Amino acid sequence: MLHFPRWQSVLIVLAVILGVAAVIPNLVPRSWVAALPSWLPKERIVLGLDLQGGAYLLYQVDQEDYIQSRLRTVTNDVRETLLQAPRIGYTGLGVVDNGVEVRIRDNTRIDEAAQRLSQLRNPLGQGVFSQGGVNEFAFTQGDNGLMRLSFTEEGLAQRIRSIVDQSIEVVRRRVDELGTTEPNIQRQGEDRILVEAPGGDPEQLKSLVGTTAQLTFHLVDTSVNPNSILERGRAPAGKMLLMTSEENEYEPGVPYVVDEAPLITGEDLTDAQPAFEQQTNEPVVTFQMTTSGARRFCDVTTREAAARTPFAIVLDDEVVSAPSIREPICGGAGQISGSFSVQSANDLAILLRAGALPAALTLVEERTVGPGLGADSIAAGETAAIVAAVLVAGSMVLVYGLFGVIANIALVVNIVLIMGLLSLLGATLTLPGIAGIVLTMGMAVDANVLIYERIREEGRAGRSPILAIDAGFSRAFATILDANVTTLIAAVILFQLGSGPVRGFAVTLAIGVLTTIFTAFLFTRLMVAMWVRRRRPTEVPV
Amino acid sequence: MKRLNLPSDTKIPFMRYRVPALIGSVIACILSLALFALVGMNYGIDFQGGTMVELRFEEPRPIADIRQEVGNLGLGDVQIVEFGEPTDVLIRVEEQPGGEEAQQLAVIQLRELYANDAEFRRVEVVGPRVSGELAQAGLIAVVTALLAIMIYIWLRFEWHFAIGAVLCTLHDVVLTIGLYSATQLDFNLTSIAAVLTIVGYSLNDTVVVYDRVRENLRRYKRLPMSELIDLSVNQMLSRTLMTSITTLLALAALFVFGGEVIRSFTFAMIWGIVVGTYSSIFIAAPLLITLNLRPGRAPGGGTGDGDDEAAAGDAEPSAA
Repeated sequence: MLHFPRWQSVLIVLAVILGVAAVIPNLVPRSWVAALPSWLPKERIVLGLDLQGGAYLLYQVDQEDYIQSRLRTVTNDVRETLLQAPRIGYTGLGVVDNGVEVRIRDNTRIDEAAQRLSQLRNPLGQGVFSQGGVNEFAFTQGDNGLMRLSFTEEGLAQRIRSIVDQSIEVVRRRVDELGTTEPNIQRQGEDRILVEAPGGDPEQLKSLVGTTAQLTFHLVDTSVNPNSILERGRAPAGKMLLMTSEENEYEPGVPYVVDEAPLITGEDLTDAQPAFEQQTNEPVVTFQMTTSGARRFCDVTTREAAARTPFAIVLDDEVVSAPSIREPICGGAGQISGSFSVQSANDLAILLRAGALPAALTLVEERTVGPGLGADSIAAGETAAIVAAVLVAGSMVLVYGLFGVIANIALVVNIVLIMGLLSLLGATLTLPGIAGIVLTMGMAVDANVLIYERIREEGRAGRSPILAIDAGFSRAFATILDANVTTLIAAVILFQLGSGPVRGFAVTLAIGVLTTIFTAFLFTRLMVAMWVRRRRPTEVPV
Repeated sequence: MKRLNLPSDTKIPFMRYRVPALIGSVIACILSLALFALVGMNYGIDFQGGTMVELRFEEPRPIADIRQEVGNLGLGDVQIVEFGEPTDVLIRVEEQPGGEEAQQLAVIQLRELYANDAEFRRVEVVGPRVSGELAQAGLIAVVTALLAIMIYIWLRFEWHFAIGAVLCTLHDVVLTIGLYSATQLDFNLTSIAAVLTIVGYSLNDTVVVYDRVRENLRRYKRLPMSELIDLSVNQMLSRTLMTSITTLLALAALFVFGGEVIRSFTFAMIWGIVVGTYSSIFIAAPLLITLNLRPGRAPGGGTGDGDDEAAAGDAEPSAA
């Protein structure tokens, strides 16, 4: 056991040096790290949100919201399809359960209607893995000309998947616009999105990520009195009733009746910036339109300018403002005014640039840590680690003397290797992670204790010092392995099944077990072997 | 430097106390389970849903005032405790009826109340959809870990050891649950990590003792089981003490200096180390006798069956 071929010694020392090299980027300023030669590891340990402050937000895609908004579009599609020349008379068009129903009035044209409406089943694009087309909707026919388009299970599932992907993109753009460094945005499970952003103002982040930001321009229907529609509670077909936002209970929202089909949607915008209205110095948001959007807007404003029809600027079903069209707007640029603050104008510009979410997101879990608490936690963790290290190291020297010193060097190497591996893996260090490292310090000496106690026993049994040391190592091997593998199993399962603090703890625990095995079996043994070769001890040294 | 000598060559008759120890443990386990059933645990928002806010006021505020102010919001059951510094306060609001948005509303109300005179150091909101899942995932983690470990020990040792180790670990888990019930410490996700670490540590300890029992089983084929276990435990006693003490020292440092956030976590682990050390000596080892590990191997035994041979191969790996 005590004989090391030269190549083995070299490899062990190299591994330790690599560990030290991997820790260095954490200890020097970032600018130095950039200047290091390219072959040196540069990764730093990522501090968890509990240590640097930040927000952990778990969102769930609101399926019901998506289904409702999608069915609204389909209702419009059905109407347009039936109104195409030659038009087919219908009645009772509306959303029922998870589908759209309509009744064809003219019995002689049922087949033609069925033929047209079945076109709306909307086969979804085949992904790489899905064989054959999946229709988003199933078309069914009932008695008396009743027709129904309803979501298919596979179609809905595929839609939700792509909505989550799309939402992740939009959220990422928004968070990037906010200038957050190193945000982590990822899918979680079927329909959830995890947003982790260090630092920053969690409230601003929440309001930005959680807003759907569906921007649309609608022509206002001035021929009806919105208040009477509000009382009846139901807008005429093809129209809808929208309100401005309620300032407070004394200033309730103002109702507008607008065309259901939008003139312009957020997709027709190419850019949006916060600015100030020159005359009033009010914050506004200016925007640029795509060529096709600009052309459409130009056509409508040209047509409506004489009538001075107002158009409503609608954000997430709330009217932001409703300016009147005074002259044709054909430059492809425009501005939105409302009662914005500088902050809200800036936020709206970000939202418009990043695009709208395809469905509303519901915040299902939120954890935010202020930077003050994070800094306190780091300080507390460092103090605890230092005190723990001193106590553990002191008791080892007290009990084992010189071999205790060797165990302490091994402990230092162990901690360096844990830090090095954490850096190389780009793992996140959390407060429970620090607890894991401190616990590892307590338990890491266990391997050395097992070895030393074994050496003592062998010595007492009458073996010569060198034989006792040799047997101590080889006999302790199996015990250490069994003991550590059980801990490793626990750590791996914690990592697989856990989340948040449990994971952070499991990572350091697992890494700690691996480095412990390395230091006990190779590093400590090498040091003891070197000592034995030089000193040729005549009595058992522990 | 004068060295501190650990007790060596002890001859403590541990197995003489095995019946009282087993009875004591059974009583303690029943008490723990009774506490769990009657009093229950103080589940944190991770498992119950709700809102937790840690505030630091500019100057200390009487808890009673804060209780009054937050009480006026009508948020249902609200717990308010001092947290570390006298200026720090932890407010826990139960899950609000009305889904995810209702939880957010509670936070907004708290912010409106205290945004001007306090720093919001921590805000945690767990909605009803997630809290059930977190509890389920935690339970699955504990059970899976136990099963996996049992299988590993089964493969490496004999089945008696696997059952003994798992029973002993269950004992530690039950007593830890008892601790949480008795002290009403917040039981949250981090507590699950604590429980699993206790499982890991306790097993570590048990496996070390079992390893020596297995080795001695091969060496002393005639020794009665209880004497053999006494011998094994005594041989390992100095190691067990040394490791427990260094681990406890590290945890004590974490408890005193690690900050309020992980204090209950460290407290549970300290308890777990003490219980785990006790149980590996007084529960895990005697269980081997109860489970009849070496039946009919009275004087003259030592048939050296296949299991022993296989184990002997494991104990001294030639590759090392």
